[in-house]
Amino acid sequence: MQYKDYYKIMGIDKKAPQAEIKRAYRKLARKYHPDVSKEKDAEEHFKEVGEAYEVLKDPEKRAAYDQLGANWKAGQSGFQPPPDWDAGFEFHGGTTTGDHVNAADFSEFFSSLFGQRAGGFQGSHQAQHTRGADSHAKVFIDLEDAYHGASRSLTLRTTVLGADGRPEVKNRTLNIKIPKGIKEGQNIRLQGQGSPDISGGKAGDLYLEIEFNPHSIYKVKGQDVSLELPITPWEAMLGANIQIPTPAGKVDLKIPPASSSGKRMRLKGRGIPAKVAGDFYITLEIVLPDKLSEQEKSLYQALQREAGNFNPRAKLGV
Amino acid sequence: MKNEIISLLSGVIVENDFSVSFATLCQCCSVSEEQIISMIEYGIIEPLEPHMNVTYWQFSGDCIIRIKTAVRLQQDLGINLAGTALALELLDEIKSLRQQVHSLQRN
Repeated sequence: MQYKDYYKIMGIDKKAPQAEIKRAYRKLARKYHPDVSKEKDAEEHFKEVGEAYEVLKDPEKRAAYDQLGANWKAGQSGFQPPPDWDAGFEFHGGTTTGDHVNAADFSEFFSSLFGQRAGGFQGSHQAQHTRGADSHAKVFIDLEDAYHGASRSLTLRTTVLGADGRPEVKNRTLNIKIPKGIKEGQNIRLQGQGSPDISGGKAGDLYLEIEFNPHSIYKVKGQDVSLELPITPWEAMLGANIQIPTPAGKVDLKIPPASSSGKRMRLKGRGIPAKVAGDFYITLEIVLPDKLSEQEKSLYQALQREAGNFNPRAKLGV
Repeated sequence: MKNEIISLLSGVIVENDFSVSFATLCQCCSVSEEQIISMIEYGIIEPLEPHMNVTYWQFSGDCIIRIKTAVRLQQDLGINLAGTALALELLDEIKSLRQQVHSLQRN
């Protein structure tokens, strides 16, 4: 078991007064709140800070924890609290005193210290209802999965109450069907896959928020997908029929003659599928070869002489 | 640690649910009718069509997610409804700005 330095997590001094602990907690809670923060480990941090605060805000628990910490040397692996570590400290029941944190999310370290005493591990909002709490998780999928549908395996780490009343960590692997046509930011609800209800009622629901992995060639906005398409100067000038990729497979695209760089084309209904499917946008980008052979160069020079009257900067007044 | 494997599960896309009744909304979000009414008063969510009788109110699926986020913000950060409404609006704005920045960067 890992020893947790709650002071370090909160970024405060061991001698910090109670008021400072509260201030530090509020600041960190705002910073790492999963609904607010974009940091990758926001949720982990948020839980950790909640756990640290749960101990440090309570002078009794804090004093007990401090005494324990005095005997702890950094760098020691495997932590076990001494059997009578809390002798002489009196704890009062109902450890989650009002604030918002869900004690079931706390670490093994926390439960080994305070777990048995915590009495009724339950979040404040679970108690009022006859069903378990809803759970949330993020799932990353590829854009192609939204086109075809897919199944994804997801491992959720949840803490549940064991038979002896102590929380234990359980890994749950779910195989989830990703419905075709899902868009970024949408949520899938899986009924009855949230936390079980302590009093035997219905389990909560599991909400999965969908995010797309960044794609190497496509950009996605809502249900529209776009592609930057490199073309040659002669394809742009003369027009061409070329094959382009889309997440649903290759399609033929007709480029009209005299297409400038930046020209946008639309393939209706080839975005993310739905009753009214999104569109697929193509932005043309004229790409030049790195090097020209002598003959190619002389051909361009001939073209320059021939098309000398064309002034693309006429609108700029030069 | 225990492992448990469950067969293929399929769910529904919450946002595609075009009309959720008032009662279902309360149930899905584990909130009281009064809480939802106050959220409507603060403009956090709104019913699809205003109706005199609240029992006929219908909501879009997005409201479920919005209410749940609002409840989390209220509980976790100790902010009141006015603050929650402001936070949600700012978060929406940040999200759309981030998207714009992202698409400009790639051009």
